[in-house]
Amino acid sequence: MEFLTALINGLSSGGTYAIIALGYTMVYGIARMLNFAHGDIIMVGGYAMYVTLLLAGHPLIALAAAILFCTLLGVTVEKLAYKPLRGASPLAVLITAIGVSFLLQSLAQIVFGSSPKMPVKLQIPGAVSLGTFKIDYSTLITLAVTVVIMTALTLFIKYSKTGRAMVAVSEDRDAALLMGINTNAIITITFAVGSALAAVAGYLMLMKAPSLSNTLGAMPGIKAFTAAVIGGIGSIPGAMVGGILLGVVEALSFSVPALAPFTEAVEFSILIIVLLVKPSGILGKARREKV
Amino acid sequence: MQNTDLQQRDGHELVLKTEHLCIQFGGLRAVDDVNLEIRKGELYGLIGPNGAGKTTVFNILTGVYKPTSGRVFLCGENITGKSPIEVNRKGIARTFQNIRLFNNLTVIENIMVGLSNSIPCSVPASVLRLPRHRASEKEFYDRALALLKVFKLEDYRDYLASNLPYGKQRRLEIARALATNPKLLLLDEPAAGMNPHETEELMEDITFIRREFDMTILLIEHDMRLVGGICENVTVLNFGTELAKGETATVLKDPAVVKAYLGE
Repeated sequence: MEFLTALINGLSSGGTYAIIALGYTMVYGIARMLNFAHGDIIMVGGYAMYVTLLLAGHPLIALAAAILFCTLLGVTVEKLAYKPLRGASPLAVLITAIGVSFLLQSLAQIVFGSSPKMPVKLQIPGAVSLGTFKIDYSTLITLAVTVVIMTALTLFIKYSKTGRAMVAVSEDRDAALLMGINTNAIITITFAVGSALAAVAGYLMLMKAPSLSNTLGAMPGIKAFTAAVIGGIGSIPGAMVGGILLGVVEALSFSVPALAPFTEAVEFSILIIVLLVKPSGILGKARREKV
Repeated sequence: MQNTDLQQRDGHELVLKTEHLCIQFGGLRAVDDVNLEIRKGELYGLIGPNGAGKTTVFNILTGVYKPTSGRVFLCGENITGKSPIEVNRKGIARTFQNIRLFNNLTVIENIMVGLSNSIPCSVPASVLRLPRHRASEKEFYDRALALLKVFKLEDYRDYLASNLPYGKQRRLEIARALATNPKLLLLDEPAAGMNPHETEELMEDITFIRREFDMTILLIEHDMRLVGGICENVTVLNFGTELAKGETATVLKDPAVVKAYLGE
């Protein structure tokens, strides 16, 4: 029974990791860069929800506002910070992304102070109980949202002009350009989608634990990035598999008393093992270098 | 007989014209004073030894490189220095020396990417799956399928592009280029890596495309049999400059051309 509870909790938190990991993996696949500021978009979304709750009140309005704000923020960051560096060395882009991450964290601290905010209105208390077996509503909602997002994104990629163009750009940007695909627009759309998903992930996180500080996105960001690498960075199904796997491992390890204090060590050793066995990740394709 | 033929074609519209095209990389003049004139419906060859600057000319024509000097006209419009997307929308499409299909997409999806600019559909309509989205998706599919039928690839439509045999990948790449609805098709060494039988088929394909789509084609090629077999006129490049140009049969016998290819 305890195992089953841990498994369901793991699937649920894994879903949140997967939603964040999608942002990392799509941006990597299409713009060929690691956007280390992605986790901080979650945090900004959290503050957007906090402010909206003060003004308007309803959690769903707060969620909509956060999605809108994060989408605009993601697109703006891409335009101002990353686009001028297209064609620059990957290291320059990486350092810039880390800089953007610190910038967002510091700005949040200046504006909202360093003591955590408690947007408790986002919380959804209560649980479904089947005899002794209990599942929180928040866990069920997270699972449902995860399934909906993954299905919608898969359909969008497979059955839309923009989705196909995304696959084309991720595979061969120059060839796509010569087919008349506006690669800059595709990259912008990718950042928009990734940032909107980050806002949703922020909502799911605060729904479970309504404590908001300027480092809200830091650890989940790193874990989701790990999940993206485990699944094979650049691969969308990979991000889903990696996220779920990491969440389940985390929850199972936490449920075993002897392993509980070392949960994060267990999670990151999964990364090491996967990289040793299959360096391109579970669903990643090895890229042949062109000579 | 051939002279009157040429004069008649002189009256035709020029699809491509380059004036004194030059490009310099550091101290190297990779392309030096290249003047091409290609008439509507013509199949024109651009040949020359390795490193002569043929692919560089393609890269200038498609907007990948900006020429150091000189101008490019497509159907009379100056397109010099336009970006690859603009050039493609104006009407130049190309294939690549080493096939560059989108291998993670299926055969029909590759064509649908090529059709992207010809059928409008907005992102919000797709995200919300509005009826408009469904209608445009159906149009994408139907038009892509029609094009695949022309190229006899419809039975392979759900194969991943990477799983097609080599000759069919070439044909798919040409079909994808045609999907962008070009006025001028650039083929970069289409016979590279093909056996004589496949080359034979390719020659038939190219002749067929020209007739079926009334297409103007500029071809880079090493295979002299192919060039001699299907191109009316050629330009020979050597070290970036024009060594000879004119009617294919005459040019290929030119002692200077023979010397450039075979050495002394």
